[in-house]
Amino acid sequence: MTPLRRRLLILALAVLLLAGVGTGVVLHAASRADRANQPQPGGPTVSTGKLTLDQKGRLAFVNAAAGPHRTAVASVPSTDPRSGRIASDLKCARFYAAAGTGVCLQSNPGVLKQSNRALLLDAGLRTRRTFPLAGTPSRARVSPSGRFVAWTVFVSGESYSSAFFSTRTSVLDTRTMKLTPSLETFSVVKDGKPYHASDINFWGVTFASDDDTFYATLNTASKTYLVRGSLSRRTVTTLVQNVECPSLSPDGTRVAFKKRVLSRTDLWHEYVLDLRTLEETALAERHSVDDQATWLDNHTVAYALPTDGKVGSSDLWSVPADGTGTPRPLIAGASSPAPL
Amino acid sequence: MYLTDRSTPAGADTEPGRRRGPGSKVAPVVLVLGAVSLITDISSEMVTAVLPLYLVTTLGFSPLGFGALDGVYNGVSALVQLTGGHLADRVRNHKLIAGLGYGLSALCKPLLLLVSSFGALGSVLALERTGKGLRTAPRDAMISLSTPPENQGRAFGVHRAMDTTGAMLGPLAAFFILRAAADGYDAVFGVSACVAALGVLVLVLFVPGRRQGGTQTLSISGGRQGAPTLSVPGGRQGVRPDEADAADADAQPDEAGVTDADAQRDEAGAADADEQRDETGAADGKRPIRVREALALLRLPRLRALACCAALLGLTTVSDAFVYLLLQRRAGIGEQWFTLLPLGTAVVFLVLAVPVGALADRVGRRTVFLTGHAGLLAGYALLLWAPATEALPFLVLALHGTFYAATDGVLPATLADIVPRHLRATGLAIVGTSQALARFCCSLAFGAAWTVWGDGPALAGSAVGLLCCAIVAGMVLRPDGGTR
Repeated sequence: MTPLRRRLLILALAVLLLAGVGTGVVLHAASRADRANQPQPGGPTVSTGKLTLDQKGRLAFVNAAAGPHRTAVASVPSTDPRSGRIASDLKCARFYAAAGTGVCLQSNPGVLKQSNRALLLDAGLRTRRTFPLAGTPSRARVSPSGRFVAWTVFVSGESYSSAFFSTRTSVLDTRTMKLTPSLETFSVVKDGKPYHASDINFWGVTFASDDDTFYATLNTASKTYLVRGSLSRRTVTTLVQNVECPSLSPDGTRVAFKKRVLSRTDLWHEYVLDLRTLEETALAERHSVDDQATWLDNHTVAYALPTDGKVGSSDLWSVPADGTGTPRPLIAGASSPAPL
Repeated sequence: MYLTDRSTPAGADTEPGRRRGPGSKVAPVVLVLGAVSLITDISSEMVTAVLPLYLVTTLGFSPLGFGALDGVYNGVSALVQLTGGHLADRVRNHKLIAGLGYGLSALCKPLLLLVSSFGALGSVLALERTGKGLRTAPRDAMISLSTPPENQGRAFGVHRAMDTTGAMLGPLAAFFILRAAADGYDAVFGVSACVAALGVLVLVLFVPGRRQGGTQTLSISGGRQGAPTLSVPGGRQGVRPDEADAADADAQPDEAGVTDADAQRDEAGAADADEQRDETGAADGKRPIRVREALALLRLPRLRALACCAALLGLTTVSDAFVYLLLQRRAGIGEQWFTLLPLGTAVVFLVLAVPVGALADRVGRRTVFLTGHAGLLAGYALLLWAPATEALPFLVLALHGTFYAATDGVLPATLADIVPRHLRATGLAIVGTSQALARFCCSLAFGAAWTVWGDGPALAGSAVGLLCCAIVAGMVLRPDGGTR
């Protein structure tokens, strides 16, 4: 081996070089983050204004356009989604609202761990209650009446590069403030028989208008199922396989969902399932959709797709729910759509 | 909840430790390897800490698909460990194989910046863990070979403590980077790559390899040159027609030959000069280690006993994920604290790794190893029957961390007296792999038991199993011939 002094010199040089590179990438990312908070030329106009959840005829969403209002809840007129955005000062990773009740999932990096919270919002976007979350925000929904709220988070199992995650889905009754921390406490009927397993995961709840029935995805033994559940009876029943992130149409007859194209891949295709006939219709979107779609009305669904060439940003698109037509851009630089 | 066990080969960076002034009882090479592990763990834990958020917010993935990968990978990881151990002995260059493992993991960090599809990301993570599996046995072998037998426990304790320190610093580093640059996941990966490169460089520069001439690296005790060459059993000149016989011959000289060698090593007192001798001895035209010879290790009764006991106890060691989950259910721990539970175990492991390792050297490793499992058993008992008091989580995590401190480094420490030097990495890998595979089987069985009976009975079953296995292990590992 070379003498100790020379090796120490090599080490010192390497430390300097690597520290330089490391500082460089951090500074580069920091300046990019600063730019993201500056309005970009050609971007949409976003202005601060009064945003409430009882303004009819508007579409609320999480604004992803660069500028000071990035990640803030904003809204546009449903009839003219390209017009100027009114932004609130509430920042969310995921958002949903119905009948004057809102839910906002937030995530902030912390010293020891991420700090994740769910905020229950009143119609003025004021926080009524805060709930700590066990993991990274994923899905959020409010029942059509505004009484029930559900959210799903990812919980990473362990440290040490364990590439394993589980989900936890909670349901909140906003009238009694009773929280069901995990749907995994509900009894499961799978293929007509009672079913118990330690590997059950639920995600993507969607509520019916009766404030009892809900639909969700159940995952066990590497298969996903659409389940219909009852909040009062605390049960779920499997209906069909390979259904993720269901979203119930306003008339309660159909469910939009994402179907895995190939097992073990992250490629999905958006479908609509008729709950009476269990017939599936592929929608006209050719891209892989990884989102819980939202019905704008009984004929159209909206969903987020990653913005081309921009990591970490998404656009909202809409497509007819009967499989016809073509996808149309709805709002650029946006996610979490919620028709008010 | 979908649960899988993380593969924890004996000697994987499990959890915790803090550096005490190790004094002159720990060879410099152990401190260097500890530093390499510390740096590498900072790098990998930085990534682990931000990965879920990165997947969801930046790539827009549902990270659930990784569950399957993890399960499959447990088995692969164990086999990779065996391969790494055997290769290191075969090419007689532990540093080279360990370096390849560290290098492979380091290369994966910048790759994370380039992949944006799920499959590719899974492959990169799998590759990263392949590197981890590859380096474990040769790294532990270097620790083992550079330390006199009476200090093995302390040396492994120091290494594990440094290793865990890195694991705890990683998320902290990630936090500061994300605070400086919002959504700067690429910056986290970039810095992680730089840190990983530094770890590999420290290994290359400061861990003595096979080259002649200078182990004066950081040598405190200048090695006595010209110490008598070891007559390593099995490393005889002249190929015997019957390999199996040679192996048999190994089995006996294990007592005579190795102890002899140990005596000389103590006398030489220069751990790394010794290692030098050991590594360079390879150049003396000895024939390479063959697979059959490595397999013949299994004929060593004490190694067989140890591997069987490690596997037996591994079969009833409930995976960490289940422990934390049960603890949360029993103690009613708030959602926001769930992710801090592993940290509790890590802190205890970190604090106790060195003192418990040193204690194992003094009072006997078998005793400490079995006591560690008794601690785990007490933890299970608390989870089963203790009332949900404020103190319950602290007690359970303290016992859990103590279990790691008393087993994770202590198990490889016992092998120094059992496995001949030229097969040390293979021996370590055999024991580590038996334990890892057994733990993986345990998590599958535990999941199944949970499904059928519910969580309480499943844990009670594990506890009863652990008690029986510990009694059997206590009898099998009777201290004869000074396994201590």
